[in-house]
Amino acid sequence: MTDSNTSLKTTPLLDLHRELGGKIVPFAGWSMPIQFAGVMEEHRCVREKVGLFDVSHMGEIEVRGPGSLNYLQFLVTNDVSGLTDGSILYSLMCYENGGVVDDLLVHRHSADHYFLCVNASNTDKDFAWATRQAKGFDVKLGNISPQTAQLALQGPKAIEVLKSITGEDIESIAYYHFIQGEVDGANCIIARTGYTGEDGFELYLPSENATALARRILDAGAVHGIQPIGLGARDTLRLEMGYPLYGQEITADINPLEARLGWVVKLKKENDFTGKSALQVAKADGLKRRLVGLKMLERGVPRPHYKILKEGAEVGEVTSGTFSPSLNTGVAIGFVPTGQSKTGETFEIEIRGRGVPAEVVPLPFVPSHVKK
Amino acid sequence: MEVPNDLLYTREHEWVRVKDNKATIGITDFAQDQLGDVVFVEQPKPGTELTRDATFGVVESVKTVSDLFAPISGKVSAVNTELEAKPELVNQSPYSDGWIIEMEIGNSKDLDELLTAEAYSAFIKEQGQD
Repeated sequence: MTDSNTSLKTTPLLDLHRELGGKIVPFAGWSMPIQFAGVMEEHRCVREKVGLFDVSHMGEIEVRGPGSLNYLQFLVTNDVSGLTDGSILYSLMCYENGGVVDDLLVHRHSADHYFLCVNASNTDKDFAWATRQAKGFDVKLGNISPQTAQLALQGPKAIEVLKSITGEDIESIAYYHFIQGEVDGANCIIARTGYTGEDGFELYLPSENATALARRILDAGAVHGIQPIGLGARDTLRLEMGYPLYGQEITADINPLEARLGWVVKLKKENDFTGKSALQVAKADGLKRRLVGLKMLERGVPRPHYKILKEGAEVGEVTSGTFSPSLNTGVAIGFVPTGQSKTGETFEIEIRGRGVPAEVVPLPFVPSHVKK
Repeated sequence: MEVPNDLLYTREHEWVRVKDNKATIGITDFAQDQLGDVVFVEQPKPGTELTRDATFGVVESVKTVSDLFAPISGKVSAVNTELEAKPELVNQSPYSDGWIIEMEIGNSKDLDELLTAEAYSAFIKEQGQD
């Protein structure tokens, strides 16, 4: 769907967002709510209670056929062979030169049926890339994004809210696993995943059921203090966890080994995958820079592309930065030279011409509460 | 969006309250709403001479940062030190407890360039809500 006034794409929930007082902005080609009650309040609501996110802009790609496993092993950097039915893997797709096409979640329905969740702004690019890479494999791909909505229910009370509106045994869904089941009459994929560092679920469902289910979730969650959450808090929540974001920590120009993503690049995987040899060379050559967490030691809010200085000289760049509502201070993720990437190393971040001191800290910035 | 009648306004979404030879300055309800949660305000030191339209500070919110522009020329006579500990006053009370600086009016002619409440209301309507 598109908004006729602006030619931006819209999710099935746009009218509901407006009704709930969401501030609607263009984001990656979509009309999306940036905030409802305010970023700080929404952020705390997710950390302390529960929040509902519309992430229907995300893309979904189905992979079917007997060649699915071999194909995915070639397409993505992580090792898909370990997945069992109903389990999920975080991974990357790389170009030949090792730059990243996108990050994604691989869900295995069965040996010959998987589905991929990719970034909204990349859906068309990813689908075209995935199709090109499928040459020679016995698979069929389908872009099911337009008919698929996605809701994320996140926070310590997420499980209570979801339990109250479904008969499915959601408690036994382990982290990075999913089931297919009914939630308030809608057929959903119920996945124990998220982008906040809190326990919670991501629900994939037919677009036509999305508004009714969102309303039902908000009603059922009222006793727990649920609030609708915009993209603003989605960003502060993920940044406190040090989770990378496509376009900032992940781009065609960033080598994933530098970006703390070596754990999803399985260079020892038997199958060849796109980008493998380039990344092997990069690893052998030694990494020149590393992505680190930086905490401001004085007042100031780092933003993307701010310079990172060492004794006045530019040594790196902030990829993501914000004010952390949990820590009440500015935090950033950015690239620094490998030799200066240890915890406790200090830098200055240039904020409006002034170098404000910052310190390398371990990530995540705040403890994760996902159900491992 | 609240636009009190007794204040003057700029197209940069600041308000000016004139009393005798002093002008108190802050950002409007519309501005605070657009910025979202304010996390700190960078203010000039008292005594700083400001020139009309020059930047004199910034308001930083969780999501973005916005410059402050001097609506008139003159010397800063006071700054709202409460904002250091409670920057959220800018959101909660933009026209009162969330004031940012007070200036001595250097040239009263500058005031003629400012917008009335009516003109400012029309201006923000023109800018369009979302």
